Amino acid sequence: MHNSHEIILAKVSFAYKQRRILKDVDLVVKKGEFASIVGPNGGGKTTLLKLILGLIKPDKGKILIFGKAPDKARHNIGYMPQYAHLDMAFPANVMDVVLMGRLARKTLWFSKKDRARALDAIDEVGMSDFVNTGFNELSGGQKQRILIARALCSDPAILLLDEPTANVDHQTEENLFSILKKLNSKMTILLVSHDIGFVSKYVKSVICVNRQVVIHPTTIMNGALIKDIYHGDLKMVRHDHRCAKEGHIND
Amino acid sequence: MIDVFHAVIDPDNLFLRYAFIMGGLASISFGIIGTFVTTKRIGYLAGAISHSVFGGIGLALFLQVKANLAWFDPILGAILAAIIAAVTVGLVSLHAKEREDTIIGTIWALGMASGILLIDKTPGYFNLSSYLFGDILLISSKDLLYVGCLDALILGVCVLFFNRFFSVCFDSEFMSLRGINTTFFYLLLLILTALTIVLLVRIVGIVLVIALLTIPPAIASFYAKRLWQMMLYSILLCTLFTWAGLGVSYSFSLSSGPTIIVLSGAAYLTLLFIHYFFKKK
Repeated sequence: MHNSHEIILAKVSFAYKQRRILKDVDLVVKKGEFASIVGPNGGGKTTLLKLILGLIKPDKGKILIFGKAPDKARHNIGYMPQYAHLDMAFPANVMDVVLMGRLARKTLWFSKKDRARALDAIDEVGMSDFVNTGFNELSGGQKQRILIARALCSDPAILLLDEPTANVDHQTEENLFSILKKLNSKMTILLVSHDIGFVSKYVKSVICVNRQVVIHPTTIMNGALIKDIYHGDLKMVRHDHRCAKEGHIND
Repeated sequence: MIDVFHAVIDPDNLFLRYAFIMGGLASISFGIIGTFVTTKRIGYLAGAISHSVFGGIGLALFLQVKANLAWFDPILGAILAAIIAAVTVGLVSLHAKEREDTIIGTIWALGMASGILLIDKTPGYFNLSSYLFGDILLISSKDLLYVGCLDALILGVCVLFFNRFFSVCFDSEFMSLRGINTTFFYLLLLILTALTIVLLVRIVGIVLVIALLTIPPAIASFYAKRLWQMMLYSILLCTLFTWAGLGVSYSFSLSSGPTIIVLSGAAYLTLLFIHYFFKKK
């Protein structure tokens, strides 16, 4: 086992209610990777993430995280769910939410050390001014930063993010990626994106999921490839230029 | 209200004093458990548990008379039925892929119906309405002891596992990723809910239990920023509603359970209206 390979999927298949979601998937993610998981809705992006987290088990094939079964490797994985899945009326402040990242089998009450680590994590995502703010008073982008802080609290080697770019504006997304860029020096990052037309410049590879899984370095991402994933003719939205009234200005 | 106060301190009205003490003591458990039930949004499961309690009461009465099991007190039957129902609906809500609501609704109705059938087949007269709508005025010193013990149990377990229950209610998927057995804590929470419901039934009855369990936390959630604050406000509100309801029901010779529920329900809807109105503005 090569120890620079952090995530290995070999011939993994997964079906839900007779519907085959993933078939014979092979995937190797190396240490220090910053990859975006893309593909159409229902193509199996979330399934892939849940398999890596060990929340679901494959019907066939093998998954190894640091050479271990996913549910044995969990404590080394930080996970940021979509904030829309959480109850927005829940009475909790930022510190309460981030401290969840310090939960462990033996921890019943949080220690000073847990609190200090939580404060560091909040600082890492630039939210130090909001420690005592109610979680549901934050904007979407702020909530995501807090959920990243919660994931960081357990000092993970891999950070998994489920649609961090959903429902946030461009500026928020930029801020988010600059935080992730910094974190990438310490950990491997995998994020699910609903958006294939746009991949941040910090993303090193794209993992395309549509029943099958293919990994590409971002530089060779082109229109033919997208056509291949979506099975249709689409126009690619280019984000590498500036828009103006009289047309596009290339720079 | 002055005559209620005089009635409470009158040594001949021991039952009324018991009722007030019971209301205050029970509010501690209701406030804490009600907050979890409201934030986890499992009021429907609590409803199924409370109606299943009736099956247990019916079974106990039936066995007491028919099988000469004098020790099988209705409260034992209620506790047994509530715990079985809690584990069942808990597992259904975790594992049922579809029709979860139908299955839970069936358990709800089945518990209630089997209780009535068992009582039908038990010789003797039973005042069903005291089980259905509560009768706080029949409370004995033994009941006060039970509620005191329940408070101690609930406070102890909830203080010990506060962060576990917090996580189960807020984001149990994340909690299981931290390597903690979420199913265990979810079922533990439901069992505590079941025990609370059994004792609540004495005060407001099977049918009205869910209201007293969820209305105070629902009001508290308007003002509470954190989970423990919501619990504290719920305990205070629950005490307030129970005592006010008792006072009103004594003064006007009304049933205590429905009076408590009408007061708390009216307060909740009024506050809901006010909040909605001012938010719109």
